[in-house]
Amino acid sequence: MLHLRSRFFSIRPHRQVSQLLAILTVLIAVFLVLSVSYGDYPVSPLDVLKTVLGLQPSDADAAFIVNTLRLPRALVALLVGIALGVAGTITQGILRNPLAAPGIIGINAGAALAAVALIVIFPNISVSFLPLAAFGGGLVVFASIYLLAWNGGSSPIRLVLVGIGFSLMAAAVTNILVTFGNIYAVSQALVWLAGSVYGSSWDEVRSLLPWLAVFVPLSLVMARDLNVLNLGDDIARGVGCPVEWRRGLLLVTSVALAGGAVATAGTVGFVGFIAPHIARRLVGPSHGGLLLSAGLTGGLLVVVADLIGRSAFAPIELPCGLVTSAIGAPYFLYLLVGKRT
Amino acid sequence: MNPELDYILTTRKLSLGYDRACIIEQLDLAIPTGKITVLVGPNGCGKSTLLKGLGRLIKPRQGTVYLDGKSIATQPTKAIARQLGLLPQNPAAPEGLTVRELVAQGRYPYQGWFQPSSPEDDRAVEAALDITEMAELGDRALETLSGGQRQRAWIAMALAQDTDVLLLDEPTTFLDLAHQIEVLDLLYELNQRQGRTIVMVLHELDRACRYGDRLIVMKAGQIYAQGSPQEVMNASLVREVFDLECRIIADPVAGTPLCIPIGRKVALE
Repeated sequence: MLHLRSRFFSIRPHRQVSQLLAILTVLIAVFLVLSVSYGDYPVSPLDVLKTVLGLQPSDADAAFIVNTLRLPRALVALLVGIALGVAGTITQGILRNPLAAPGIIGINAGAALAAVALIVIFPNISVSFLPLAAFGGGLVVFASIYLLAWNGGSSPIRLVLVGIGFSLMAAAVTNILVTFGNIYAVSQALVWLAGSVYGSSWDEVRSLLPWLAVFVPLSLVMARDLNVLNLGDDIARGVGCPVEWRRGLLLVTSVALAGGAVATAGTVGFVGFIAPHIARRLVGPSHGGLLLSAGLTGGLLVVVADLIGRSAFAPIELPCGLVTSAIGAPYFLYLLVGKRT
Repeated sequence: MNPELDYILTTRKLSLGYDRACIIEQLDLAIPTGKITVLVGPNGCGKSTLLKGLGRLIKPRQGTVYLDGKSIATQPTKAIARQLGLLPQNPAAPEGLTVRELVAQGRYPYQGWFQPSSPEDDRAVEAALDITEMAELGDRALETLSGGQRQRAWIAMALAQDTDVLLLDEPTTFLDLAHQIEVLDLLYELNQRQGRTIVMVLHELDRACRYGDRLIVMKAGQIYAQGSPQEVMNASLVREVFDLECRIIADPVAGTPLCIPIGRKVALE
């Protein structure tokens, strides 16, 4: 068995983790190139590669289209997917509940509420405040869930139930804002709420990247904590894991990643739910390999969803969140039915 | 207390409870080093609560648990995990987790955030798999194993923790008789060959008498009696503690006390 060891963390590939990571990386690269090359003004994949590598493309306009219009959008889709995939893996792991994605326990709804409130109530404020607002909103919901569900230690089921309640409440308040807000601000908020990477620029890449750069590695160093928490609180305490604060830190990590993603692309549904499921089927439940696999799976999902959204009904564009939900909802049902039989 | 024995785990005026209910009050207890101690008692007598208190899974209301003479409340939880391992009742693993992955998690207290797992960790995992005879099943997912094999895998995880003391809460529940004996034999061997101190909660009095060096009989949160099975077990104790009429005979195989319940079916005939 192959052991990857570094100074900072060790990942022991379970079964085919390293192969899977390699395959996912290749697929992501292929779909990024396809996504950037596809559009009203097609750019050949070779020119896409040349532009990205800083070489002179055969088509003089390619550089502008690739660098300014399409590449940042594709990269934002990738980053959003990675963030959601890792965030979902964390919440499913600590809550020991395969349904507990950030979207389901109310973190995304809280983040969306805060961001919509910002757009509707302060239409003139800079978009760069969105990630912070979303993180704040997600954190407030999470803190409320945690405090309310706390009863001498937080039980997983309680957290999920309280989370669903908060999710509904946050969605209701968001609806109130949308109903009574200024029409122009609301229409902007609605596009964003549907979950879209439309019009993403390098600004979005730059505002999202730091969240991933901090919190994805943090989740990886906590893979062992996630593994023992997955065995139940008593086992985790028994092996010496300071359960409450590690779980808290992991949830903050998850909120930060989900909040960053929601702030950038709105609520891209079901990615935080599906990506960990697919990855778990492929590499098993051990988090060292699972977190990375789920992150890349999420990234691939959103990149492909955005490409489908742009091409399926062209020239009409579907938001990628609609596509992921169209794939995700049946998968969710399939899992439920599969569990019963 | 017997002055000839060392006591690795002791409590002083220990009170334990959940929410408002106080289950154990002002308990003084001493667990002898290198022996198998079995906690027995009727349902709800507080034996599982006591085991959890000893394993710092619940915080004492009052009083102190001492491990090797030092209070467990004042030590880092990881430091305790290097001396004391525990296996709760009916632990559950996520689907698809392999035996080796599970056992490797017993090495948690020896690892840090920025510390890769060491060759020592690998050795401890393999040793734990060997002694529990799980090495060949190492790459199997837990849910594909029999109940007895699964329990051996969990015990292997606790063994990989490499602790002198092992606490087990009803390690034989939900196992059929053959698997119960398999698990208890394994624990006996660990005690004999490696000198590990074992404290476990058992429901079956006969098995407690067969495998325990020492019984602690609990009733309503208090220690009703303690000592070797021969010293402790008699018909009046079973009547007082379990509210059951019985006769105690010598186990024809091991010679340890065997409790034969009388029950209404025989009494009425």
